Parts: sequence; structure tokens; C-alpha cells
Amino acid sequence: MSDRLFQREAPAADLLISGARLHDASCGLDGAQLDVLITGGRIAEIGESLSDGSAEVIDGSGLAMLPGLVDPHVHLRTPGDEDEEDIASGTRAAAAGGFVAILAMPNTRPVVDSAPVLGGLIERAREQAAVPTGFFAAITAGQEGRTLVEMGELAARGAAGFSDDGRPVESAGLLRRALQYSRITGLKLTLHEEDLTLGAGGQMHEGAVAAELGLQGHPSIAESVMVARDLLIARHEASPLHLCHISAAESVAEIRRAKELGVEVTAEVSPHHLCLTDEAVRSLDPNTCKMNPPLRSAEDRAALIEALADGTLDSIATDHAPHRAQEKEVPFEAAPNGVIGLETAFPAVYTNLVVPGLVPLPVIVERMSAGPARAFGLDPPALRVGDVANLALWNLDDSWRVEPPYASRSRNAWCQGHTLQGRCTLTVAGGSVAHRLVEVAL
Amino acid sequence: MELYPPKTPSQRRHLISVTDLARPDVERLLDTAEGFESVMERDVKKVPTLRGRTVMNVFFESSTRTSSSFELAAKRLSADTMSLKASGSSVDKGESLKDTILTLSAYGPDVIVIRHAQAGAPELVTRYTDAHVVNAGDGKHQHPTQSLLDLYTIRRALGHVDGLHVAIVGDILHSRVARSNIQALTLMGARVTLVGPPPLIPRGIEAMGVDVSHDIGAISAADVVYVLRMQRERMLEGANYVPNLREYAALWGVTSDRVRPSQLVMHPGPMNRGVEIAPEVADGVNSKVVDQVRSGLVVRMAVLYDLLTEPSPAGGEAALRVVAAPAGQEVA
Repeated sequence: MSDRLFQREAPAADLLISGARLHDASCGLDGAQLDVLITGGRIAEIGESLSDGSAEVIDGSGLAMLPGLVDPHVHLRTPGDEDEEDIASGTRAAAAGGFVAILAMPNTRPVVDSAPVLGGLIERAREQAAVPTGFFAAITAGQEGRTLVEMGELAARGAAGFSDDGRPVESAGLLRRALQYSRITGLKLTLHEEDLTLGAGGQMHEGAVAAELGLQGHPSIAESVMVARDLLIARHEASPLHLCHISAAESVAEIRRAKELGVEVTAEVSPHHLCLTDEAVRSLDPNTCKMNPPLRSAEDRAALIEALADGTLDSIATDHAPHRAQEKEVPFEAAPNGVIGLETAFPAVYTNLVVPGLVPLPVIVERMSAGPARAFGLDPPALRVGDVANLALWNLDDSWRVEPPYASRSRNAWCQGHTLQGRCTLTVAGGSVAHRLVEVAL
Repeated sequence: MELYPPKTPSQRRHLISVTDLARPDVERLLDTAEGFESVMERDVKKVPTLRGRTVMNVFFESSTRTSSSFELAAKRLSADTMSLKASGSSVDKGESLKDTILTLSAYGPDVIVIRHAQAGAPELVTRYTDAHVVNAGDGKHQHPTQSLLDLYTIRRALGHVDGLHVAIVGDILHSRVARSNIQALTLMGARVTLVGPPPLIPRGIEAMGVDVSHDIGAISAADVVYVLRMQRERMLEGANYVPNLREYAALWGVTSDRVRPSQLVMHPGPMNRGVEIAPEVADGVNSKVVDQVRSGLVVRMAVLYDLLTEPSPAGGEAALRVVAAPAGQEVA
């Protein structure tokens, strides 16, 4: 898909998947029941009644085939916190969720801010990554917001882009310089938007629920004022920009206006923000409902869904953020931010947005696959003859309860205990089989 | 594998939040407390009701009134009590709340009373113990026994709570007492007005069914003026909730010229005399501050009694029951 994605060596798939319903609007496929022949890791043929003597035959009848999903925002906690997640477990979780490419954030220990650290990660990905994996480098050394990283060298070493995610770039002047300098790389900056003078210490969305629960509020303006500022800077510099995990209606309005003005901005939204509101925080369970940005109001959720449908938000990103169990087995206020969601992203969005008729399936597929791929210059996965096979088979009728064990090393799943519809039975990523659902007969 | 998996939500009755209570529950608890008044007037202030039961008071945050009254309440009911303060315990060595609770629960307590600086701590405790859990204050979230004792104090003074107008004055933002009391007072039919500086009134609080005013004059219409403590540690220079305590006292201090003789004045303590409440008001005839402390004892006796006496077979463990006031048994 790109020379900025890295995957372990694995046998190229030779599969004949028969009778699945194919969904890929980019190829004019809207549920047509066809056979797909994968030979040597590439889609060799799509048609009716295909046969091949050597390929393994997989019965796809009753299943849906979708282009593989792309997640532009995950935390693999490597290097430094491999007990929370490592490249092997994180990419297994991605494969189990139907993802064929993920981009990992650099807020690790140490921060990915130099070519040697990045190089070490790339080597590990070449040994362990079940799905093609890319790595963002930091924007500033140590993500401290003071000194630009060596963007030229990092780009040459294979960085997928630049981000200080987990923290905002507080200085407007520094962000401007970063946008200017990054032009030499052709890579994008992806920004965590938060004014810390408004947001620091916030435990949940500032609103009626926070007022009742007595938790310090994180106001929507903590995000939207920074979004507005950075879109003005990007417009002034005529620089492309990607915005992480948008959560507030006011931010959506700023992005919509900027797009109308011709700013080359792309933006992502997380499944948990599309599916839940701050009402969920009443459980006070830090595993399922404590993250930054926080779950916001019903009005914000409605604005996010509308923006996803109309393309103002062009990507869905999990912000998969593993934490060790003991860090989350504490009172709500003491717990760190972050939830995991790679294994459940598509089923959660399918269950909460597609099944109720809020957003049609082809739009969700676009926002979880081609949308984020285009935002970062990756080849969009497609069900197209000649392409490397990047696809997944889904049983869209299968309802299952989300509970451990997970492929991820961590268990802070935001939809733990939810019953979701849609389960990935097979993922082919970068031309290799990355995941098969094992049904245990009892 | 998990050695100590969280329990599925316990079927035991806990008192974590005022929202755990329905109006008949509150009335039953206040009636039970009333029944304990006679015990307070005896020479031997003790009944054998909870003999053999164990009440653990686990306080991770400083407290005078709440911890002493829970301890005394348990003793008056003949329960064994044990108090753990965070300082001097294994908490100082970095022990987690989960491990502290697993450890204490190994001794088989019947009730764990917990105070903690962080919201959500009592919910966590319920996942790792078989004891009934009573929230003695968690972060800025809830302080349900304070609300019960305040309702009790008002009912004793005025005969009823229904239909009263209560003004809660001061730092609503950082006050668990304010949140619990808003819920408790509105549950019992009172009308609540919040009065304070705009930065100390949380956005969206109107959804709890209250009116908001930034003018201290708004307290004049109330039957009860409930004064909250200005938390000095939150009013450090640079916090900018208010410019300083001097201006706060001038604009929102409850002074004698701002209260009428017919109004009750209450304060959960500890008071900052001369800041949120003038000394002559704190010590005046309207003041119910000492009554509140006394109410705390009988109300906490009622809570412990209610949680630990047998549930009715029909209602099951989860149902709250109607109990008669305890008979006047004396310790032999």
C-alpha cells in the first residue's frame, strides 16, 4: 500500500472465497454475490463460478466482503510499555477487527523523535506486524513543544507523518514553523487539538452530567478554539493538515467552514464518540468511559454523525489506547485517559450507526478505509483485480458480546459488555492471511 | 487469568449516592433516626442492636465530624469498630485502594464506611468486598449521610421539608455536599436556589432542577440558608475563581444584615468565620450548625441499623424495607 508501512514476512495468500456479497462503492460493488480468487497475495479474478485447483476454498456464502479497514490513529505502546501492548499484539487486534493498515502514534517511551528510535520500530514491525503498520514521528523533540524534530531524516527513514498526539502544539508560532518546514517531506501533521488552559485536569465533558457528578469539566471550547486557531494557520500557510479525534459540534462547524474556504484539512472521529455520550460516565467505570477528548453531549454526537455522513469528517480512527489493568482499577478520577477499540470498531459503528439507519454502509466503509488511506497518502484498499489483497470477510448477522480475552494485551475496551452485530471472520492484509476467526465447538 | 476478578455488581444494599434512595427510604431513615433520639438522652447511651457486627471506617481524607460520628454511631449500637486512616497505613507505601479493600475485607467486616478524595472510589470498593458500603464523601461527587442529617435537622426544626425554599450559598463547583443536598432536598419536595460567583456555579447545573442566582440578595426569600465552606486551598492566587477571599466575603458572605430572624442558617463545617459566614451568624439564634453535628450521630446510627438488620423475605436483599423504630433495649 505504501513504502511507509511495514509488515512481517508471511506466505502470500492463495484463496478462493466463494459466494460472499461484495461491498466496495469505489469499484461499483453494492452487495453483488461473486467469487474472489486471490493468487500470490493479489486479487487475480472476481467473477461467478470461479475455480482453481491449488487455492484454499473458503465458503463466503452469507458473509460480506469489505475492503480492509485503515486506522490512522492507534497507540501500540512500543517502545517502553510493551506490557500494555506491543507490535505483535496490537497488530493482531487490528487484524481481528478487519484492519489492513494502522498508523501508530509516537508518544512512547522514548518518544519517536529520532531516526534510530523510528528505525528500531520499523525493524520490529518487519518481524512482528500482522498487518502493515506505519509510525508517526513526533513534531517536537520529546513532544515537549520546543524544538522541531529532524523531519528530513525521519521522513527518509520511513515516518508516516508527524504528531505530538497526547499533547497539543501549544505555541502557534511553533506550529506555523512545523507546517512550513514539513513541506520538504511531503508528509502531513496530525494534531491533537486541546487548549490546556481550558482543558487540563478535565475528567469528562463539561455539562449537566459533570455538574451532577462533581467531576471537573473538559469544555468543548478546549478543543474548538484550538481547531479554529490551527485551521487559520493552515489556511495562511496553504498547508494540508489532519485533525485527530474530533469530539465537539463547534469543532465540526470550524472544519466545515475551513473546507468551504479551500483549506486542505482532513479530520477523524472515534467510534466511541459516534456511539456514546457523557451519560455513559454515570457508571464511573474508567475502563469504558474515561478518555481524552471526553464523551460529549447528545448534540455533539448528533453533529459528529452528521459530519461523518456528509464527509466533513472523512475518517474514523479508534485512538486505540491500551492501559494496564492496575492503572484502571482505581477511582474514576485517578485513572488515566484512554480506551481500546481496534477489535470492535467496525462492529460498534455498524451496530450503532448502520443498523439503525443513521449512516449507510458504503459511507462507513469509505470512512474506515479509503478515507483515512487517502488522508495519509496510502493506496486505498479496494476489491479490484490486480490489487494486493487487503480485505476482510464479515458475518454481519452475528451478534456477540464483547468480553475478554482480547487479542490486545489490555482490557480497557470502551464497549466491554456491549452486544455488537457484525464479526470479522477473515482478514487478508498486505496479501497475507492476518486473522481467521476460530469457532470453538462446545 | 485474574486472581481477584471484580465481583459482578453486588446485590447488597449500599449507600453510595442520594440517587440510591427513594422518598420512602429517606422517610424511613429519618424516622429511625428519630427513634434513636431517646437513646441519646439516657445515662447509658448504648443499645445492643448490632452486637457482633463490625463496622470499618476507612478514611483517605481528613475528617472530624464524619469519622467521629460514624465511629460513635457504631459504638452506640454495640458494633465493633475499626478505623483506618490513610496516613500511617500501607497506603503510605503505595498500596492501591483495591488491595487495601481486599485486605480489610479478609477480616469480614459487615460495613465499610469510606471517604476518599476521588469520585468513584466507593463504587470501586463495592467491586472488591462483600460488605455493605457507605460513602462518607468521595471527591466532589456525593456525601449522602450529610444530606440525610441536613434533612433531619430541617425536619426537626421546621416539622417538614416539603414545600420549603432552600438557598445553597458559595462554592457549588467543588462541593459534594451541594450536589447531594440538591438531590436530597428536591427529592423531598423542597425548592433549591444556588447562589454564588459565576465561576463557582458549574455549567449545566440547572438540569438538576435548581434556580441559579449570582446575587446574595436571593437568599432573603429562602426558608433555609445553607452556607458552604470556601475551600481556601482552592482559592490560591492565580486560581481566579474569585479575585480573593476579601471580595468574596464582601459580595457573598452571609452576614447578619443579610439574614432574617425567621430563617434557618446551616453549614456543614468546618466554617471559615468571617469569610463565607459572619461569626455573629454562626453563633446566632438562627444557626443550626451544632444541631447538624448532633443529627449526624443519630442519622448515621439509622443508616448502619437499616443496612444491617435483616431484609424482609418478600423484598429480597436489594429492596429497601420499612422498619419500625427500634425498641428501647438496654445493654445488660
